Amino acid sequence: MTPGIDLQQRFIETLRDLGLPQGVAKVAWLPLPMILIIIGATLGVLVTVWLERKISAAAQQRIGPEFAGPLGILQAVADGLKLVFKADIVPAKADPWLFTLAPVIVVFPAFLSYLIVPFGQNLLISNVGIGIFLWISLSSIAPIGLMMAGYSSNNKYSLLGGLRAVAQSISYEVPLALAVLAVVMMSNSLSTIDIVEQQSGYGILGWNVWRQPIGLILFWIAALAETERLPFDLPEAEEELVAGYQTEYSGMKFGLFYVASYVNLVLSALLASILYFGGWDFPIPLTVVSGWLSINETGPIFQIVVASLGITMTLLKAYFFVFLAILLRWTVPRVRIDQLLDLGWKFLLPIGLVNLLLTAGLKLAFPFAFGG
Amino acid sequence: MFVLSGYEYLLGFILVVSTVPVLALTASKLLRPSGRDPETRTTYESGMEPKGGAWIQFNIRYYMFALVFVIFDVETVFLYPWAVAFHRLGLLGFVEALIFIAILIVGLVYAWRKGALEWS
Repeated sequence: MTPGIDLQQRFIETLRDLGLPQGVAKVAWLPLPMILIIIGATLGVLVTVWLERKISAAAQQRIGPEFAGPLGILQAVADGLKLVFKADIVPAKADPWLFTLAPVIVVFPAFLSYLIVPFGQNLLISNVGIGIFLWISLSSIAPIGLMMAGYSSNNKYSLLGGLRAVAQSISYEVPLALAVLAVVMMSNSLSTIDIVEQQSGYGILGWNVWRQPIGLILFWIAALAETERLPFDLPEAEEELVAGYQTEYSGMKFGLFYVASYVNLVLSALLASILYFGGWDFPIPLTVVSGWLSINETGPIFQIVVASLGITMTLLKAYFFVFLAILLRWTVPRVRIDQLLDLGWKFLLPIGLVNLLLTAGLKLAFPFAFGG
Repeated sequence: MFVLSGYEYLLGFILVVSTVPVLALTASKLLRPSGRDPETRTTYESGMEPKGGAWIQFNIRYYMFALVFVIFDVETVFLYPWAVAFHRLGLLGFVEALIFIAILIVGLVYAWRKGALEWS
C-alpha cells in the first residue's frame, strides 16, 4: 500500500517555502480540515434531506419537491432559511435556560464525532488513539440534551417524548457498542484508520461484512434506534405524542434538533461503511488495477485521483446506507415502546454478546482470517 | 508539547464545533421577528387549556432501565481494552472474558426474571 496523499505535509511545506516558520505553518493548518468537515457535514445534511423527500415521494408515487432549483435540490436550503427567520417561542412555563441549552447539547456531539471519520489514509481531522470509542462516548452525551428538552418544556408530550428518547438511546447504546467491539477485536485497534487498513488488500472480499454479518445487522438496527429513525421514532411518534420532546420547539432551536438528527444519520451511515464496508477501499484491489494499466503508483496525479476516488467510495457506501434507512422508513411500521425495549434488551444484547464471543473464538481458531 | 499526539485537534474541534450552534442561534436572533402576544407562549396541549404542569413525579420503570444500562455500559467499557489486546492474550484471555461475561449474563437473567426489563 502506498501511504496516500498527505495534505497536511504538503501545506506545511508550501508555507515554509514561502518563508513562514514551521510553528506558524502548523497553526495555520489546524482549523482548515475542521471547517472543511463542518461545511461537508452541513452539505451532507442538505443532500440527505433532499434525498429523503425525493425517495419518500417516489415510495408513495408522488413527485416531491420540484420548484426550488432543478429537481427541487434547493428545497432543503429554503427550509433551512425559513427556520432562521422563524420567531423563537419559549413557553411561559418552561425553564428558558435549559430550553435553550438542550438543542445545543444535542447538536454538539453529532458534529464533534466527525473528528474520527476518515475519507482516506490521511484524509481525516485527527487519527486519535481512541478513535471509534470517541464516537461511542460522544453519543452518550445526546440523551442528556433530549432529557433536558423534554423536561424543560414543561409540556406533558415533551416529558413523555424525552423520557422515551432517553430510555431508547441508552437501551440501544449497549448493542451498538458490542457490535463495534467485535470489529475492534478483529483490527486490534480502536483507530478508524487501522480498522479500514485491516480490511484493505483483498478488495471486496476483505471487507468486514463477510466476517461480521451479524455485527452489521446489529449495528444497523442499533444505529437506526440511536438516530430515532423509523421504525424506531417513538420519541416523536406524531400520532401519540404530537412531536415528542420537540413539541414546544420552533425556529432555529427546532432547526438544531433537525440538523442533529440528520448529521447523526449520515454519521452512522459513514461509520457503517467504515466498519463493515472497508471505508475508502475499492471493491477491486488498487494494486491490481494499477498493474493492469501499468501506472506508476507513486505519481502525484495518480495519488490525487486515488484520493478523490477514495472519498467518492466512502460517500457512495455511506449514501447506500442512508438510502436503506429512508426506504426502511416507508417499509416497516413503527414498533411499540415495550416491543422496542424488548428488542434491545432481550434480543440484541444477548446476540451482541454471543457475536463478540464468537468473534473471539474464531480469532483464536483462525488467527489469520480474523486479523491476527 | 502534547503527550497524547492528535488530541490538540480534538480541543480545536471542540472550539470550532461550539461555534456552530452559537452562530445559528445568533443569526436567527438578529433576523427573526420579536414581540409576540402572550397567547403564543402558552403550553401546547392539542388546543385545550393546559391542565397542571409536567414537572411531576414520573414512573420508576425509566429508573430501572437506567440502572441496568449503567451496569452493561460499564461492562462494555471494560471489554474495550480486552478486545484491543486480545491478539496477545490468547486462550487465557478468552476464558477470563468468558467468566466475566457469564457473571454479567447471570445479572441480565436476574434483571429479566425480576421484571426490570418489562415496560408495563
